[in-house]
Amino acid sequence: MKNRKSKAVSYNKWGYIFLIPFVAVYGIFQLVPLVSTIYNSFFENYRSGLIQIGPNFVGFKNYLTLFRNGDLLFYTRNTLIMWILGFVPQILVSLLLGAWFSDPSLRLKFDRFFKTVIYLPNLIMASAFSMLFFTLFSDKGPINSILISLGIISVPFKFMSHVWSVRGLVAFMNFIMWFGNTTILLMAGMMGIDPSLYEAAQVDGATATQIFYRITLPLLRPILLYVMITSMIGGLQMFDVPQILTNGTGDPVRKSMTLIMYLNKHLWSKNYGLGGALSVMLFIVTGILSLIVFRINTRTAEGGRHRDRT
Amino acid sequence: MKKRTLAMLLGAMMAASMLAGCGGGSSAPAAPAAEEETGEAAEEAAEPAAEGEEGKVLNIYCWNDEFQRRLRDHYPGYEEVDATHGKIGDVEVVWNITPSDDNAYQNNLDETLLKQADAPQDEKIDLFLIEADYALKYVGTDYTMPVADFGITDEDLANQYKYTQDVVTDGNGVLKGVSWQGCPGVMVYSREVAKEVFGTDEPDAIQEKFADWDAFVASAAELKAAGYQVVSSVNDTYRVYSNNVTSPWVVDGKINLDENIKKWVDDSKALVDAGYAGTHDLWSDDWSAGFYPEGKVFAYFGPAWLIDFCMAADTEGSIANAGGYAATVGPQSFNWGGTWICGAAGTDNVTLVGDIMRQMTCNEQIMTDIVKDDNDFVNNKPAMEAMAADESYGDAVLGGQNALGMFCEGADKISMDYISIYDQGCTEEFQNAMKGYFEGQIPFEKAYEDFCKAVVVKYPELTY
Repeated sequence: MKNRKSKAVSYNKWGYIFLIPFVAVYGIFQLVPLVSTIYNSFFENYRSGLIQIGPNFVGFKNYLTLFRNGDLLFYTRNTLIMWILGFVPQILVSLLLGAWFSDPSLRLKFDRFFKTVIYLPNLIMASAFSMLFFTLFSDKGPINSILISLGIISVPFKFMSHVWSVRGLVAFMNFIMWFGNTTILLMAGMMGIDPSLYEAAQVDGATATQIFYRITLPLLRPILLYVMITSMIGGLQMFDVPQILTNGTGDPVRKSMTLIMYLNKHLWSKNYGLGGALSVMLFIVTGILSLIVFRINTRTAEGGRHRDRT
Repeated sequence: MKKRTLAMLLGAMMAASMLAGCGGGSSAPAAPAAEEETGEAAEEAAEPAAEGEEGKVLNIYCWNDEFQRRLRDHYPGYEEVDATHGKIGDVEVVWNITPSDDNAYQNNLDETLLKQADAPQDEKIDLFLIEADYALKYVGTDYTMPVADFGITDEDLANQYKYTQDVVTDGNGVLKGVSWQGCPGVMVYSREVAKEVFGTDEPDAIQEKFADWDAFVASAAELKAAGYQVVSSVNDTYRVYSNNVTSPWVVDGKINLDENIKKWVDDSKALVDAGYAGTHDLWSDDWSAGFYPEGKVFAYFGPAWLIDFCMAADTEGSIANAGGYAATVGPQSFNWGGTWICGAAGTDNVTLVGDIMRQMTCNEQIMTDIVKDDNDFVNNKPAMEAMAADESYGDAVLGGQNALGMFCEGADKISMDYISIYDQGCTEEFQNAMKGYFEGQIPFEKAYEDFCKAVVVKYPELTY
């Protein structure tokens, strides 16, 4: 009895020891900045030219300023639109590719090669990728030259002057960059599904479509949930692609300006107060949206699991 | 149930940690502590080091290699070591060159200046360059030293254009910087296009075609019919209007729209609607495409530095390279930019900085050489007037034309009475915001509101 107890205690100790690196890194690099951001959001603290104003405690004034000019909602909308535009094709293509790659009956050749290739865009720095697109789609750039020489258009199409072409390009870039990553995650999830379930379904005469919708998708939910939440958090923090593509302006007429680009604008005047308030708002919005996604998915997933058990 | 709570907690934590990355960047509270000290420290540091004990390192902060080239080619005794190092006597010159893009130059300069008092002697900024749009931001503070403290006398400065001194004079009338160049602007146009469309490339004849804004629009129509744009972008003419304003951007802490700026908006809208000009950002590739014949652009507006430093004169195939431009005054005289030399408070190279200022901005011989070698317009009246009358001088980019007379005339007319510390931010944001209006996406009122919002983000103390 005594012997067993001491053994358990020593295991616990190792658990805590293994946790130390994470807790330390998390505390120093994430918890402290998080708390100090919230703290800063209650102060008037910016630089006018070389003159420092503040920090003066102003309570919720920064939040009021943010809400009063209505920009917060506008930029949140921009961000979400561009994220959804990129995420929908991304998840669809990834599901399809994941299903193909993980289906042994297709006997794909060179699948390792293709898996590498679809992941490659993610290896390019987002800013470099964005720079490339900026050059490709500029008014006098190669895409316009090609379209004109093919006779599709007669005057250059101003990609950077139309709301939906800019948003579309941003979404397209995010899609290209991330669908490989998502495919690999979904594939891992699909390969974790017990093959006997597929065999059983086939024996029962289920079609491939039925198998996909009735077996693969429900069992994939935890991974799908993970993919959705991480992608949404990444999407809400979208910055580098639109920033470089529009040269920081969020043009046309600020409709491709994301929340973080707006946050970045406040750093011109080193405005830590308003910047902090904006970060806190972003944090709350992300938290709420994550919870909603999480709720919806866990509820249905639990339902699914019950069905499985019965 | 417990598991679910834990999972939710983990989810929340994940969200928190991912956000903290960006939150952290925005909140690093480095600034406040620095400020409290600097007020007095800057004064303390302003005391020049004891005579004869000058520092061995001269730190120069600037945003491109223009001044470096001037110093290398014209300052007596300057030896180049490598791209960022030089030598004057036994003093090592260290160049800290940060491009202006995204305000990087000023961000870097500001951080270093704010820490100036605590920096070791050899790492302090000794000399830095500023532009007209944000000159007052530095001139109005104790981080710049009066040029008189560097031994520059009124006599030395007598031949400079007065407006170049107005820009860098602080609220108490103390001169805090000097410039070697004047930046009166002209209209530079392609000779070939002028011949094709107007039948002549003579500056006087072209001037008649562009004598005022009505004539400008009429000629633009002729150019359009021949397949050319009169200017690359409407932002090209911005400075011509903004330099002839009658009120500053900010009055009593409130954003103010000058009549002449509004006129720029109206005229530009008409140009864009008629297809006479584009809406590209200045310095973008689409904007500079007109430096080449294929760009199909008739004219650019700019001062000497634009013509010789920015218009691809070194690139084979450009109009400038072939000497295909000519200059004329255009609808209105104006000024654009200019670079000023400031001595940083706390420098330990007072004598050397003073000498660089004197040689580069007051020495008539050196300044005449700059005109001859680099076609810059220098800040010295007698030198410029002599050069303007010199028949043997001509600018290769302008096909051998001597345009200095026009510049001289323009320089006398320049008024910088309405500059403010907000000019840089206002100019950038105004051009940005108006783009949407020019392209017909939003009405002017909405564009103006966007502009005001963007300016308040940059300068939180302002209202509109």
